[in-house]
Amino acid sequence: MLRVDIEKRLGEFSLSASFTGEGRVIGLFGASGAGKTSLVNMIAGLLRPDRGSIVIDGETVDDTAAGIHVPTYRRRIGYVFQDARLFPHLNVAQNLDYGRRMSGLAPDPAHHQRIIDLLDIGALQGRRPGKLSGGERQRVALGRALLSKPRLLLLDEPLGALDEGRKLEILPYLARLRDEANVPMVYVSHDAAELRQLATQIVMLKQGRVTSFGGVKVLA
Amino acid sequence: MFDISPAEWTAILLSLRVAVIATLVATPFGIALAWLLARRDFWGKSVLDAVVHLPLVLPPVVTGYLLLLSFGRRGLVGGFLADYLGIVFSFRWTGAALACGVMSFPLLVRPMRLSIEAIDRRLEQAAETLGAAPWKVFFTVTLPLALPGVLAGMVLGFAKAIGEFGATITFVSNIPGETQTISSAIYSLIQTPDGDAAAGRLVIVSIVLALGALIAAEWFARRATARLHGN
Repeated sequence: MLRVDIEKRLGEFSLSASFTGEGRVIGLFGASGAGKTSLVNMIAGLLRPDRGSIVIDGETVDDTAAGIHVPTYRRRIGYVFQDARLFPHLNVAQNLDYGRRMSGLAPDPAHHQRIIDLLDIGALQGRRPGKLSGGERQRVALGRALLSKPRLLLLDEPLGALDEGRKLEILPYLARLRDEANVPMVYVSHDAAELRQLATQIVMLKQGRVTSFGGVKVLA
Repeated sequence: MFDISPAEWTAILLSLRVAVIATLVATPFGIALAWLLARRDFWGKSVLDAVVHLPLVLPPVVTGYLLLLSFGRRGLVGGFLADYLGIVFSFRWTGAALACGVMSFPLLVRPMRLSIEAIDRRLEQAAETLGAAPWKVFFTVTLPLALPGVLAGMVLGFAKAIGEFGATITFVSNIPGETQTISSAIYSLIQTPDGDAAAGRLVIVSIVLALGALIAAEWFARRATARLHGN
């Protein structure tokens, strides 16, 4: 579960959003410049709200009134960026293992294998990120985030950098994650069709304000 | 012609020892400073930047004299280090290493700073979302990606240190076997009648060392680019 109630000024732009997400996939919908990425960065702790609070899975990670700000690395979230951001000096296997090592989690071969099978990335393990296609890179980024065992997965336009063909290649994997990975997600997109396929709940953002909230039918 | 005499070997080996120690001791400070200048904004940053570059533009004899005043036996820092830690710089090879370290520091820091500035900060953010505390991010992402620049800085600093003359001779004089490096040996030989052949040999040695260092630095820089692109 995710509860957000924040205000933030970014230059001329002001963001003010309040919603409670219960579904498995909360779709954050809006045009570019609506404040979607800023909002997700605040949930991740990369950006600090001016006022308000954020609660992830019952833990208050931000509360300006109480002076609480849990740093990103202690939030136990996963974040898949539009541009994958795989570590160029590590191969795929090392990228996948990074989160587990940094968080000091014990190896969990069964979980590891399940995620790798789910995303079909077993054959890529020895390769360097520079030698992967855009779609492969995004699948590895998904695996890397999931293997750190997050309690919330943030996806910021994960298909945004891919062409139509590649999008269709990744969408089934995302649907599988939603149904099998058992991690709640916040899925950011400006593409209504994408969200109709994946989201279970929609938060619609317009110029920094939540304009509607509810089931996928609000996209119509 | 190329029969290097024991006295010349002494100077060459001393130069190498002085330059290696100067580079190794300066490197951790160089990395810390490069990171600070590349990543932090703080009051007095431009002053610090200027002070680091000062040895590059100051007459070396001035730097040497300032070292003598502060790190000499009766200097503020030198007296303290000698009395409490037993570290003596004046007229010792350690003093030559200190002078070389200070003089080569700007050259050592610059490639390190540039390579840290070139790192995509979003990779560091990604590391943080994966549970890495800031110091872990530094050691697992920032430093490995900056490594070719760090090595290039070390090579350049080493090359500068091995050729340093003015500050060294001012601070620790020109004592054969203790503080007489290649440069000061060449200087002495040129002043001596019949010293030309020996000076020529040392000149060739220093050209080879400097050229080798520049080629190595260039090679590291190229590795850096490949590394940042993940190939």
